[in-house]
Amino acid sequence: MAKDILRKSEVFYDNFDRKPGLDKMTTTYCPGCGHGILHKLVAEALEDFGVQDRTMFVSPVGCSVFAYYYFDVGNIQAAHGRAPAVATALKRANPESIVIDYQGDGDLAAIGGAEILNAANRGEGITVFFVNNATYGMTGGQMAPTTLIGQQTMTTPKGRTVANEGYPIKMSEIISTLKAPVYVERVMLGDVKSIRKARKSVRKAIQIQIEQNGFSFIEVLASCPSNLKKTPIDSQNWVREVLQENYPLGVYKDISAKFVSPDKSKTPVNYKDLPKVLNIEETNIDKNRIAEFTNKQFHEQFKIAGFGGQGVLSLGIVLSEMGMRHDFQVSWIPSYGPEMRGGTANCSVQLSSKNIGSPVVDRPTVLVAMNRPSIDKFEDSVAENGYIFYDSSLIDIEPQRKDINIIAIPATKIADDLGTTKVANMVIVGAIIEKLGIMSKDVVLDSIGEVIKKQKLININKRAILKGVEFIQNLTK
Amino acid sequence: MNNTKNKAHVSIRWEECKGCGLCTLACPLDLLSLSKSFNSHGYHPSVYEGEGCTGCGSCFFSCPEPGAITVFKKWHLMTETGYCPNCDNDYKVYKRETHPDELFCSNCLESIKLSKVE
Repeated sequence: MAKDILRKSEVFYDNFDRKPGLDKMTTTYCPGCGHGILHKLVAEALEDFGVQDRTMFVSPVGCSVFAYYYFDVGNIQAAHGRAPAVATALKRANPESIVIDYQGDGDLAAIGGAEILNAANRGEGITVFFVNNATYGMTGGQMAPTTLIGQQTMTTPKGRTVANEGYPIKMSEIISTLKAPVYVERVMLGDVKSIRKARKSVRKAIQIQIEQNGFSFIEVLASCPSNLKKTPIDSQNWVREVLQENYPLGVYKDISAKFVSPDKSKTPVNYKDLPKVLNIEETNIDKNRIAEFTNKQFHEQFKIAGFGGQGVLSLGIVLSEMGMRHDFQVSWIPSYGPEMRGGTANCSVQLSSKNIGSPVVDRPTVLVAMNRPSIDKFEDSVAENGYIFYDSSLIDIEPQRKDINIIAIPATKIADDLGTTKVANMVIVGAIIEKLGIMSKDVVLDSIGEVIKKQKLININKRAILKGVEFIQNLTK
Repeated sequence: MNNTKNKAHVSIRWEECKGCGLCTLACPLDLLSLSKSFNSHGYHPSVYEGEGCTGCGSCFFSCPEPGAITVFKKWHLMTETGYCPNCDNDYKVYKRETHPDELFCSNCLESIKLSKVE
């Protein structure tokens, strides 16, 4: 479609508001940078194909790390070299999305060599743009795997030698030897003619993803005037005359004419079939028993902290497992040091009647503190009108906050009286259930056996929970 | 040659151009040049001062900045000024024969839709 006006693509933000500083109109790229040219080609293609609303752009580490400043599409910035892995997840989780994996040579060919090879080998339905400028741009011009023999960089001041650094790595050639990739081409941004050719390849690669769900890989020879220490025009000439000599352009693989994407509809497991696939029994709780709890609207965020070995993480697991039995949305993430015992540990649990956006808990509504450092560390973070449950048999200070409910339980003492201090966490489970009133304690007591692995410990755990419940009941009397 | 004159126009945003000069190299008719004065970033932006742009788009595709260059194909830059509501001022406008009610401001390069009442 011939356009009347060639102008900034709709896929770019009007103003780059995410960019710090006063200038919100220009990119962070140096004058003459190849990234800007490729960005424009990609943006134009996404706009023309009408897929802006379902595009996910994965940016790498490198100068294009800030691609999310510019592209008004879904954006994720991946860890160094890991963009193909992130792109894989995005594509698998949402096969309808158009996933653009944009990487530089340091990112893709060095630290991310394993990721790109395996993503290509699996034939993920993503489009990879690999910007090869023969140097590490962002970090100041060190040698990249693609640096040419004899090329001077910060780390090869006398020029790259075969003896010391080996040969430049040719990614397009390597990728094209694999069976799964559909389209592999090397293009350059060396002059207007080659840019127009690159434009066609960019469009074809994205089209392959849209229509055939195949893996496409476009290597783009681009200039980096700042690190090549040349003017923009000279460095573009260098790309055309020197870089191209060493990295021959052309289509290395194209099976798009006869490629049919493997039928992936059979691979996803239906959610309902999961217990069968995993060979586990499904837990069915009688709906009448939990009816009074399922209609409540609430969102409780727990931070549970203590020493490793106190059962901090399993306290969280029990809460979230029991939440699941009440048809709540739940999340649990642990955070602990390398030690099994003795170090500090905490976990974040959320129980909610609505979908949970992120499992991270910054402002807990309930803090469970099983040792003193936990009070010191997390007391201030508790949300207003929240709760602190703390083990008063181990903690010799009292929380200072006045705007929250503070409940001191001698949990370790109670557990010790039952026979083992290890069930102190269950005493607190009982206290939480009774105090918050968001779960049926009968259901919890009946199903605790499904969560506790050692059968002989079930009874003592049940007794501990009951003690916690009783403790709160006695408090309120 | 008079027929192609003014059939297209290229507009370069002064503050968005980084003066890399790739467009001056790309233009097949050598119509672009780097300005002698510099913008607020200290760059010498590219300028189109002559006539004869054919709207080929070579400068647009060779420019690394998303919004620095806009190419108006088949548009005329009118000599008279018109009111631009985006800029709240009078500027020269780009006009096209096929859609006379759609104008573009030469300052902000945004579309000016003439309401039919006017």
